Amino acid sequence: MSTGSYTRVAKGLHWLMAALLIGMLSLGFYMADLPLSPDKLQLFAWHKWVGVTVFALVWLRWVWRLTHRPPAYPQSMSRTLQLLAHGGHWALYALMIAIPLTGWLMSSAKGFQTVWWGIWPIPDLLTKDKEMGHSLQEVHEALNWLLLLLISGHAAAALKHHWVDRDDILTRILPQGKKHG
Amino acid sequence: MAELKALALLAALVCGLPAAHAVEYKTVALDKSKLTFNYKQMGVAMDGQFKKFNPQLSFDPAKTANAKASIEIELASVDAGSAEADDEVVGKSWFNAKLFPKALFVSTQIKPAGANLFEVTGKLTIKGQTRDVTFVLKHTPQGSNGLLSGGFTLKRGDFTIGEGPWAKFDVVANDIQINFQLTAQPGK
Repeated sequence: MSTGSYTRVAKGLHWLMAALLIGMLSLGFYMADLPLSPDKLQLFAWHKWVGVTVFALVWLRWVWRLTHRPPAYPQSMSRTLQLLAHGGHWALYALMIAIPLTGWLMSSAKGFQTVWWGIWPIPDLLTKDKEMGHSLQEVHEALNWLLLLLISGHAAAALKHHWVDRDDILTRILPQGKKHG
Repeated sequence: MAELKALALLAALVCGLPAAHAVEYKTVALDKSKLTFNYKQMGVAMDGQFKKFNPQLSFDPAKTANAKASIEIELASVDAGSAEADDEVVGKSWFNAKLFPKALFVSTQIKPAGANLFEVTGKLTIKGQTRDVTFVLKHTPQGSNGLLSGGFTLKRGDFTIGEGPWAKFDVVANDIQINFQLTAQPGK
């Protein structure tokens, strides 16, 4: 049974974000506990630059999602499962907004302004406040654990649809997935 | 009587004349003074300060021929923006503050350079290395006190501040802008 496919742009944004988020999660957890070195500062700068990029992309993705109706869930999915899937997707969107935002706020509070690609200064949203910076760091980290959990659930669910339910949930987001299969 | 006249003249010289002449600054009010610095880290403007420093001066803006100024800075009192940076910057590859706990500036010449402006030349010693520096000092009278302010750009490479992996300037820039604001008070 086929339920149609996603638009090319939706697919492109999905996989671009997937690559960026997995890269950023790995980089973030790796760099956080490194001893201070020029390499560490460089990694932090890159992490912040890509973070700002993700923050911009997610708004674009959200606008696309709201203006282009995604294919419906297959009838074989129970009402509960459909609600769970919706909830999971909206939680992912919320985290894709909240995580870069807390990163930006924490950088401001710690007194390290973000200069996008080393050229464009992004305004500081908070004035320097060590305590606040520390709290925001904890929030940023906690939200990332939650993101890791949700991404794992998201991927596990897609594989379950493919191999157990044998529907087209996974294939319809794949680059070669047909629009009208 | 002659002795009395001489005494009166002396008293007038000591007490009466300073009102008519510019004062000579002898001390610095540390609670109203600041020693700060700015630098760039991967294009990001950072700032910091030294909390402990000991300035000494005898400076009469109207008579600079014998004017002198020096400042001793306790490098371990640095606030470089974060606890991590503070720990790093006193370490071996930066200030090596265990071996060289203080930076020292001593003036060699102070001369007028325009209205309320002076050109100060002197020797700056950091980490066992001495370099000549010249900067413009601005004098702003504040009642009987005077605000002395100025700054200059220090090249950290000139003093090997930041060795090994930090020696390149791609992450932490070579130029460090030093700024000071000292509230000077007249001496007795």
